Amino acid sequence: MGVTRTPTSLTQGSQTKGGIGESTLRPDGTLKVTGEFAYSSDMWHEDMLWGFTLRSPHAHAEIKSIDTSEALAQAGVYAVLTYDDLPTEVKNYGLEIQDTPVLAHGRVRHHGEPVAIVAADHPETARRAAAKIKVEYAELPVVHDEESALAEDAPLLHEGRDDHHAGHVPHPNVVHRQPIVRGDVAAAKAKADVIVSGEYEVGMQDQAFLGPESGLAVPAEDGGVDLYIATQWLHSDLRQIAPVLGLPEDKVRMTLSGVGGAFGGREDLSMQIHACLLALRTGKPVKIVYNRFESFFGHVHRHPAKLWYEHGATKDGKITHMKCRIVLDGGAYASASPAVVGNASSLSVGPYVIDDVEIEAIALYTNNPPCGAMRGFGAVQACFAYEAQMDKLAEKLGMDPVELRQLNAMTQGTIMPTGQEVDSPAPVAEILRRVKAMPLPPEKQWETGDESGTDTDVRALPGGLSNTTHGEGVVRGVGYAVGIKNVGFSEGFDDYSTARVRLEVINGEPVALVHTAMAEVGQGGVTVHAQIARTELGVTQVTINPADTQVGSAGSTSASRQTYVTGGAVKNTCEAVREKVLELGRAKFGTYHPAWATAELLLEDGKVVTDGGEVLADLVDVIEGESIDIELEWRHRPTEAFDLKTGQGQGHVQYSFAAHRAVVEVDTELGLVKVIELACAQDVGKALNPQSVVGQIQGGTTQGLGLAVMEEIVVDPKAKVRNPSFTDYLIPTILDTPTIPVDVLELADPNAPYGLRGMGEAPTLSSTPAVVAAIRQATGLALKRVPVRPEHLTGT
Amino acid sequence: MRVNFTVNGRPHEADDVWEGESLLYVLRERMGLPGSKNACEQGECGSCTVRLDGEPVCACLVAAGQVEGREVVTVEGLADYAKQRAEGGCATGACGGGGTDLGAAQQWQARPADSQTGKNTPLSPVQQAFIDAGAVQCGFCTPGLLVAADELIERNPQPSDADIREALSGNLCRCTGYEKILDAVRLAAARGEADTSATAGTGA
Ligand code: FES
Ligand code: FES
Repeated sequence: MGVTRTPTSLTQGSQTKGGIGESTLRPDGTLKVTGEFAYSSDMWHEDMLWGFTLRSPHAHAEIKSIDTSEALAQAGVYAVLTYDDLPTEVKNYGLEIQDTPVLAHGRVRHHGEPVAIVAADHPETARRAAAKIKVEYAELPVVHDEESALAEDAPLLHEGRDDHHAGHVPHPNVVHRQPIVRGDVAAAKAKADVIVSGEYEVGMQDQAFLGPESGLAVPAEDGGVDLYIATQWLHSDLRQIAPVLGLPEDKVRMTLSGVGGAFGGREDLSMQIHACLLALRTGKPVKIVYNRFESFFGHVHRHPAKLWYEHGATKDGKITHMKCRIVLDGGAYASASPAVVGNASSLSVGPYVIDDVEIEAIALYTNNPPCGAMRGFGAVQACFAYEAQMDKLAEKLGMDPVELRQLNAMTQGTIMPTGQEVDSPAPVAEILRRVKAMPLPPEKQWETGDESGTDTDVRALPGGLSNTTHGEGVVRGVGYAVGIKNVGFSEGFDDYSTARVRLEVINGEPVALVHTAMAEVGQGGVTVHAQIARTELGVTQVTINPADTQVGSAGSTSASRQTYVTGGAVKNTCEAVREKVLELGRAKFGTYHPAWATAELLLEDGKVVTDGGEVLADLVDVIEGESIDIELEWRHRPTEAFDLKTGQGQGHVQYSFAAHRAVVEVDTELGLVKVIELACAQDVGKALNPQSVVGQIQGGTTQGLGLAVMEEIVVDPKAKVRNPSFTDYLIPTILDTPTIPVDVLELADPNAPYGLRGMGEAPTLSSTPAVVAAIRQATGLALKRVPVRPEHLTGT
Repeated sequence: MRVNFTVNGRPHEADDVWEGESLLYVLRERMGLPGSKNACEQGECGSCTVRLDGEPVCACLVAAGQVEGREVVTVEGLADYAKQRAEGGCATGACGGGGTDLGAAQQWQARPADSQTGKNTPLSPVQQAFIDAGAVQCGFCTPGLLVAADELIERNPQPSDADIREALSGNLCRCTGYEKILDAVRLAAARGEADTSATAGTGA
């Protein structure tokens, strides 16, 4: 019984050197443009069944009874499973806190929670059968905001909590709380000439990756299961899946199939366990593919947030102190909320030097949709607020907003509010200078100006093709913002990665084979790994194995960490392979040339050379029939947890910085915004693949633009989701997205492989506040909430 | 029901099709042509864009029964389609020759090509431009964008930026920020121009 359509290994090479620092093309590019690349929703088996999930229509309800008999009686239905069918005592999963039920038991805590699963011979049969499952609910009062969640008699989302945060939180509906206190705020505040405060709000954003949650589970003869799946971290999934199935981890074999984007939304499990349960129950391969409606319920979202900020400054613009309180809505289950709280609090000052601070961040349990990781998590929400504060402060001081930022910008050596020193370049003032120095786009681009007078290209106006204006009432604004994001998993997490590298001679050519469990979600890790192998081993031919659980964990493709950590692991393992090659070489040829013993030796262009460039041997002759095969774990320097009372601790590995300048045109009558340009400057330490780096910056910038002006999951007071579709949840189209000129700085971080800086998230931070700053400048409105909607601009 | 139609130049017959099945489902799950993507199945994202009798449509919105007797081109057939167009042949592929045969498609295996350069794999100019410009990240939007962009260039070989934005406004991409997609279409158009002038120059 073979799976007909599965992921393939990627071979790259022959004509190109393509080492680090070059814009090597993606090894999966051809497969992706021909439609041959196997995404998780393309997995296929001739004998497979289709799974479907029945979800709760209520945000909070007791389940009185479930009757599956009618569903099960449908022709073509092979299995209908509920909580009672789970095979072991482990019935929950979770990233950090195991509070998420595989299938609801006793009660549902959010709209869209999985209640039952069906396997049938056609997706439509499965859907119709699910509709025949009778669930009797008794609705319960919902908890939907801070007030209702923290009320004394509030319904508890998880009573009897015994997780490791339960002991220190002020209320059982608080997932985690992190205060940070440093310096003497009262004394510092006394020195302030001006004080500004504000209350800000960030709506619930969705990752909206295009490839839906999907995969194929194939039962195996040994009682185990093979799972082909799109995820961000195979081994984290495995750790959560195996106990629920009651299988040892080596009987759940996972292979990464093509991932259509992730952005944090695939950190949590979606259909993984469901597909395995159905496959094991029916003895047949089971494919599950969410439709877009389900996808909105199938993954966690970005935490919506309320933020209160106060800043003081002397009249020459030096910031005296900062106080803030950040309330993140984590929804019904914990997911990544604790880490989001850690990031939001520790990065809440932004990239500024402020010695005296009082900070508090909490995440709530509510009956809203669960929230977790999304690009820039925790830091995005804070950046929107502190950057609005910077503009407010500048205005009050009568200063240029960029100058104010530069005056207070952190640098290498700055002490963070957590007490941690920033020990690598932090070019905050410089990236601001660079975006500001870029030439501004021409005014009134809609005026095409033919000879007979002025012609108008309505496509360039706010509202675009809807042809709502001819330019009357359109005003322009320019806004700036800068942000700071941590790289990698923080707060003492053992954030390691594993790489296996084999070097052998195939058809007379040395070939490197790189095997990691890194999830390629579109970011280009597969390209970079080949570049690293070429650079370190001096070969042109590199094959990248599909990621699977046959090799050690690579950690998550998130937190901007994968090129740093798995890239570091590939580099480290290649170095070990190189040592082995040189050992072989010394043994074989050492007597022929003294340099084998005395010189620093490198592998270049398929040869062993001295650092002086003298060729000692061909790699092919050194390796001959041998195959050098090494698997190693690699770690970056350790971090430590933040103190639960003071927030002090060496919590972060590295920081990443980006700045944006937004130019917008606003039709003030209709409340329509057109972003004309979003320029970005970012320090990436070292651009291993400049083309991919720019692509990441432009993509991240666009997601920030989406949060600024259109993207929000609307949840009503009954905690029901109102817009789970691409019709109503809007992400930027090519018409909404401006040109995004990018200026990349490369100031090496001495602690990182090649000096690189994790860079995928930073551009998502500053893009949002820059756009909103520009709209404020154009309209003179305060605008405290994103996304900014037409009614906020027209006051209707 | 049974549906007969032409896909990428080859006549096909799909049996046991349910009334509610979309063209997208039939292509992906019955014909073994997973290139057209299923990102929303609501007609909102353009990932499933195919040509139906030459017109770009969202395959998820077309009922399978509607394609009876008609011609469909998917991303899998794009290279042949573009080649035949360039050679002045039968661009719809109805004259046969190109395309993927059903049996072969269902035994689908990615070809071991030099996937960086596209060597060994014939690509249309738009496909090659998407690779070269870095317009592919996760690639889920790519098939639909390629079909739409190829149709744009067929219609308008030298599109302005506003033309490109207009033509591709029905295709969502979550990864790239679109800038490199614009680059790719510009590149494909420029290469097309270069080809044409080269041909003109040789008097061919
Ligand atoms: S899948 Fe057809 S438009 Fe989205
Ligand atoms: S490349 Fe991922 S959606 Fe476009």
